Amino acid sequence: MNPVEILIQYWPRLFDGLLMTLQLTVLGALIAALVSPGFALIRVHASPMAQAPLRLYVSFMRGTPILAQLFLIFYGSGQFRPFLQDWGLWSFFRDPFNCALLAFALNSTAYQTEILRGGIMGVPRGEIEAAKAIGMSRIKSLYRVVFPHAYRIAWPALGNEVILLMKASALASVVTVFDVMGRTRQVFSKTFDFSVYLWAALIYLCITAIFVLLWRQAERRLSRHIYAPYKAQSTAQSLKETRA
Amino acid sequence: MTQPDIILKAEDIHKSFGHVEVLKGISLEAKNHDVISILGSSGSGKSTFLRCLNFLETPTSGKVTVHGEEILVKNGKPQNVRHIEEIRARLGMVFQQFNLWTHRTALENVMEGPIQVKRESKAEARDRAEALLNRVGLAERMQMYPSQLSGGQQQRVAIARALAMEPDAILFDEPTSALDPELVGEVLKVMQDLAAEGRTMIVVTHEMGFAREVSSEVVFLHEGRVAEQGPPDEMFTNPKTDEFRRFIAKVM
Repeated sequence: MNPVEILIQYWPRLFDGLLMTLQLTVLGALIAALVSPGFALIRVHASPMAQAPLRLYVSFMRGTPILAQLFLIFYGSGQFRPFLQDWGLWSFFRDPFNCALLAFALNSTAYQTEILRGGIMGVPRGEIEAAKAIGMSRIKSLYRVVFPHAYRIAWPALGNEVILLMKASALASVVTVFDVMGRTRQVFSKTFDFSVYLWAALIYLCITAIFVLLWRQAERRLSRHIYAPYKAQSTAQSLKETRA
Repeated sequence: MTQPDIILKAEDIHKSFGHVEVLKGISLEAKNHDVISILGSSGSGKSTFLRCLNFLETPTSGKVTVHGEEILVKNGKPQNVRHIEEIRARLGMVFQQFNLWTHRTALENVMEGPIQVKRESKAEARDRAEALLNRVGLAERMQMYPSQLSGGQQQRVAIARALAMEPDAILFDEPTSALDPELVGEVLKVMQDLAAEGRTMIVVTHEMGFAREVSSEVVFLHEGRVAEQGPPDEMFTNPKTDEFRRFIAKVM
């Protein structure tokens, strides 16, 4: 079979895989995005003792292979099946998709926490002071001043993390999740035609390319105050003023 | 009991950073319509004292009363923390580095406090913000971001932002020190107008002209204490302490 015939015959499977890959990546990144702001604040503000557990978690997640983390959860949960059944959690861990999602969410949370910590530390101190001075509560100044700046600073690095997570999601195929990689292996084992791997690579490449475009659009919106033209407008207006 | 026309009262403010005592018991009283200039050479504690008034810096001990709301500080711990935000909302503050929120336009900067802190409606806040920006001469630049404005323009936005809260008094922390010399005038002019309309102001400044012409009272700090205090005419023509005499000789 030539590569095109492979695609024509098996595209529904690959498309299924694509949906699964997107599901894993988007959900994993999203869960991490919900948890990491709180963690990042703890990393910035809490006392060293209070953040010790968090630092341990982050170094574990960043310091061990994501595949090892996935196996720990997938095979580890099997070991503890009786306990998990007692707690009614077994139905969750029985599904390899859930195990993969949990591993990816935990891993990405660690990375996003550190990325966001850097963003928070880069917020101009004077602007936080201005928020305090006007009588804003701490929570309010977080939403109105700190996070808008922190996310703008962290945005490129966060995008990077999502791309890495998307590619790492291929590991889920090892624990029988049928994502792009899982489907590709399935097709390969039927056809023994390696060109299906080329198609898989192309799918990953397309996801990344589209994601990069969208992310850059968002970045532009977040930083529009920085790229606002300075000279053009102000000289035109000062001219108008001097004439008036 | 505080008298009704005393807007701000600071009593025996002490502040230490580690073992260094920067403020050694400073008291100050601002009545309605007072314009108080705080002078002093660098390191005298004048900015620190100003920042203690709205608790951007927590005093080590002392008492601050703003419009009857009283906060007592002992051992670096304010006794009623809840009042701090109220006091801050009642005291406007203008910073040396402007500290505008750079991700918001001039108009949004001025609307932010009334909407977020005083919970005013957007329409109401916008009307007042537009009027205030108009007053400080920035009607044409309301939709610009701080990065598109000159230092003097940014500082005028910052003054409008403080005014939008309808504060009982405004604190100025060296408002012209970060400006190019040719931009100082436009900011001083706005401050002079505010003084003329009877705003209560406390100004840490190096502008001797402003201190002398505009303020109703001058406080001279030296090494964390009030060295001399009084009406500007008297103090500048007839300084009583050696420290102030030397200070004047250096800066004038």
